[in-house]
Amino acid sequence: MLTKLQNFVRGFIDVIPLLIPVVPFGIIFGAIGIELGFGPYVTYATSIIIFSGASQIVFFQLLSAGASSLVAITSSSVISTRHLLYGAVVNQYLGNLSIYWKLGLSYILTDQAFAVSNEYFKKNKNEKFKHYYLLGSGITLWIVWQLTTIIGILLGSIVPEELGLTFTIPLTFLALLINYFRKIDHLIVIIISGILSIIFYDAPFKSYIIFSSLVSLLIAYLIVKMRKKKI
Amino acid sequence: MSIWIAIIITGLINYLTRLGSVLLIKPQKLNNTLKTVLNYVPSAVFPAIIFPAVFLNDYGLLVEFNDPKVIATIIAFFTGILSKNLTLTIFTGLISYWIILFF
Repeated sequence: MLTKLQNFVRGFIDVIPLLIPVVPFGIIFGAIGIELGFGPYVTYATSIIIFSGASQIVFFQLLSAGASSLVAITSSSVISTRHLLYGAVVNQYLGNLSIYWKLGLSYILTDQAFAVSNEYFKKNKNEKFKHYYLLGSGITLWIVWQLTTIIGILLGSIVPEELGLTFTIPLTFLALLINYFRKIDHLIVIIISGILSIIFYDAPFKSYIIFSSLVSLLIAYLIVKMRKKKI
Repeated sequence: MSIWIAIIITGLINYLTRLGSVLLIKPQKLNNTLKTVLNYVPSAVFPAIIFPAVFLNDYGLLVEFNDPKVIATIIAFFTGILSKNLTLTIFTGLISYWIILFF
């Protein structure tokens, strides 16, 4: 049985490679906020209040392009709906925690924190303090996101655009998925979701992420059902 | 609407999406089939982030097959399959992207 601190530290260590895209993305986001004219306070406030890179960028891009607040709020929120799926997964492992833990951990349930915690929870179901793992990974991401936003706000675009560092975002998610590519059922789900996201990329309110996710989960459901019948 | 109100509403909704299923779903009430389906969440969500970022350009149009991002992603993919190493996969992808871009 690992202690609280050991779980926390493991979460911290495991999330370090995932910071590779977070650092440049945070700086770029801070710089974009200033360039688009939102000012340092508003730009930074989104990193605390919204705390979701993709949603924050879309929010600013739409507003600066002249969209109404309602459109900006809707699009950012639709992008966030993928978290509903993450919550459903981690909840299987954290169901017994107090409401305060749930309220706190939900705030730091980002893509990256979910990705590492999901793998860890699967392998360490019986660890009593496994929630400290999510705490460790989530807080690390939170601190780095806050700091890099501030760096971007203060120093501007110190990350040269030519380096194409935003490309590390898909690379990281690819690396996180890599073991699933070996399994035919997961491979089918991956390919369907990917193709749908391309086809429906222009769907209103950036709904392509949640739409592709739900349709491919439905396919996953059918695969699971078919397999059960065979058994 | 003031931008501050818009940010707070977006933040609240965003927080509720993270909290929603944690509060509403009782794990004991999920049947085994649904629990198994939840194993597919990464495979269902992450490709929708990966594919457009690799295969579409800034204008939302499909890129050519010899696009630096596509080639680097393929190299990263095989590195990942062979090495099973997360950090190595990311760095191999990024470095091959730079080599194609700058040389």
